[in-house]
Amino acid sequence: MRTLLPGAATTLALSLLAGCGAAPDTTADGEIRLEFLSLAWQKESVEANKRLVRQWNEDHPGVQVRYVQGSWDSVHDQLLTSFLGGEAPDIIHDDASDLTDFAHGGYLADLTPYLPKRLRDDIPQESWETTSYDEGVYGVPFLQEPRVLIANTKLLKGSGVRLPTAQRPWTWQDFEDISKKLTRDVDGDGRTDTYGVAWAMKEPVAQSVNLALSTGGKVFTKDGDGKNRIRYDTAESSVPELVRRQVNEDRTAPRNGLGMSGSDTLPGFFGGRYAMLPLNFSYRQQVRQQAPEGFGWTVLPMPGDSTGLTQGVAPQTLSVSRDSAHKKAAVDFIAYLNQADHQVELATGDWLLPTSREALKDPAVNTRRYGWRTGVDIAAGLRPSPVLGVLGFAEWKDKIATPAYQEYYNGALGTDELRTRLVADGNRILDRYQR
Amino acid sequence: MSVPSPSRSRSPSLSAPTPPAPGAPGMKGARAMKRTPAKVRALRLAGGAGQYLALACYLIFLGFPLLWLLSTSFKTARELGSLDPAWLPRHPGLDNYRAAFDAQPLLRSALNSLVVACAASLISVTVAVPAAYALARHRSLVGRASSVWILVSQTFPFVLVIIPLFLVLKNLRLIDSIAGLIAVYVVWNLPFSLWMLQGYVKAVPPSLEEAAAIDGAGRVRTLVSVVLPLLAPGLVATLMFSFVTAWNEFFFALVLLKSPENQTMSVILTRFLGAEGVADLGPLAAASVLATIPGLVFFALLQRRLVGGMLAGAVKA
Repeated sequence: MRTLLPGAATTLALSLLAGCGAAPDTTADGEIRLEFLSLAWQKESVEANKRLVRQWNEDHPGVQVRYVQGSWDSVHDQLLTSFLGGEAPDIIHDDASDLTDFAHGGYLADLTPYLPKRLRDDIPQESWETTSYDEGVYGVPFLQEPRVLIANTKLLKGSGVRLPTAQRPWTWQDFEDISKKLTRDVDGDGRTDTYGVAWAMKEPVAQSVNLALSTGGKVFTKDGDGKNRIRYDTAESSVPELVRRQVNEDRTAPRNGLGMSGSDTLPGFFGGRYAMLPLNFSYRQQVRQQAPEGFGWTVLPMPGDSTGLTQGVAPQTLSVSRDSAHKKAAVDFIAYLNQADHQVELATGDWLLPTSREALKDPAVNTRRYGWRTGVDIAAGLRPSPVLGVLGFAEWKDKIATPAYQEYYNGALGTDELRTRLVADGNRILDRYQR
Repeated sequence: MSVPSPSRSRSPSLSAPTPPAPGAPGMKGARAMKRTPAKVRALRLAGGAGQYLALACYLIFLGFPLLWLLSTSFKTARELGSLDPAWLPRHPGLDNYRAAFDAQPLLRSALNSLVVACAASLISVTVAVPAAYALARHRSLVGRASSVWILVSQTFPFVLVIIPLFLVLKNLRLIDSIAGLIAVYVVWNLPFSLWMLQGYVKAVPPSLEEAAAIDGAGRVRTLVSVVLPLLAPGLVATLMFSFVTAWNEFFFALVLLKSPENQTMSVILTRFLGAEGVADLGPLAAASVLATIPGLVFFALLQRRLVGGMLAGAVKA
């Protein structure tokens, strides 16, 4: 106790000195003050956000927004503490997969009464479904990031393969065959010099689950009682089986790629070691920045099957804290950020795809340059990631799915063993969250 | 420098006329008998060289990440994306430093970190010195219980204390305040500082204090004029520990500070990380290099005080 007393005394003394605390929500003359936690990352996006906040503050003297920069790396812990401490920002930038716990925990406001019709109509229903739980809407989905194939133009053209388009995509079988064609031992030393594809599987769960939609899979379904269940049948296992085959049998994908993040695969891509990379849409920024002079690259849609170019996404979202005293004003600001031209600015700044139908028509995202047009072309096939709204997903992912998928792709597990772990062990975890 | 010849007394088997069989107890002694001064010198030289080699390896092990960071901070984005990384930048430039300064308020955050780390380390040491002295010199049940409690408090993880701490600071209106963060760091560092200093206090012979008392010095005078100067290495070590801990701390700073003008360096550094571990590597390396400088300067200024042997000869054995 002796040691705690000086600390407490110091705290008290400093509290007297500090004399400053959180700014009030409303000033004496009735001015509303809102705090906006933004996770904009690229310099252009941060500037666009700050510029829009400035414009809003000039146009709306009665509602002043304060821009607070956060970071993706730590936002969950930061928000959780702020919610529990009753000090959360009014307007919160996050992503849909993070909203599940916060919405169920009662920390976010249902935006339904405040959303203007223009905004509701402009964003497709599929996107709204990513932030809707129990008939409430807990965030505005505004930026999304599909998975695309970033490919080495020279290698692709040299192999004579047909380039896919959103209208005529490759099937997964085409993709497997083309990967074989692109895999080469140039100097004949028995070692592969160029692999058809590199699967960056450091975080294997999101892409394994989201790509299952491209073969009609779901992974997470609801039973008759409305409870989440895990399913892993042929439709769900088709793409993971292909990846496993490419690494362990066809040898058209390097084994060491499995332990890499997307960024880690880029040097090999630039060096001609990998012909194609399945990566998130925003990786184009890194490719543009780091590619050697004269390096030709292109952005292609991921393969699809009978269901078309469908894949799951978890969009970035803008939500309002339940404790905010000015929810209407906060949603008005969110609607302002999501005017089509503003959403385009935010999307292009972070190299992401806007959700707004109007924004998707903007010339800035309809250029062939840097593959923007490919993103727009596949936007219609984007669906809510199956993981959204599943309570217990984070635990399933960390404890079961991540190690299971990693072992599976490495060839240490068979499909049946993977199924047992994902489904039987996984459902036990989900059951704990759904009692 | 003269090299002493191997002592005969070291060899219990010197009297044996012939070398014992391999593995016999006298083998070592017989070998020692054969060592000439030249051989001993060579062995010592080899031993010294081995020590230096091991030290060099250790230094490389410690220094390599820093040097790699430094090298990375001067590389272009294209070079960072190259398949065959070079030890030294092929086209060194300051673009990453410019980009880092453009993107984030590095100077402001460094200043905040400096204020927080200096204040937290000075206050925690100031508070810890008398407490450590009392704990070390006055052994009682309360003292022992306090020591155990201090040790136990070190096992509390951040997540256990952060919510109650947040609420306490909120009531004190110390959220989003540099002073609040300093208070947290002082309290957080105090237990370990106390333990560190307690060890140093115990090493000061009580007879020195008794001698001062005989000369008429009171308790405070003894503490200030006799004990404190002898604690200098301990104070410096504790200061360094507190400074580095406060400088590097991330989670409390992240959660407790909101205003951009208050944020510390460790929080600002994470701004160079995007979603799913994507990093703006060049500017991140540049900002990280800048973040290491104050710690190095602080250490360079204080390390001369980290001397041993201050108590040698203070009292008769």
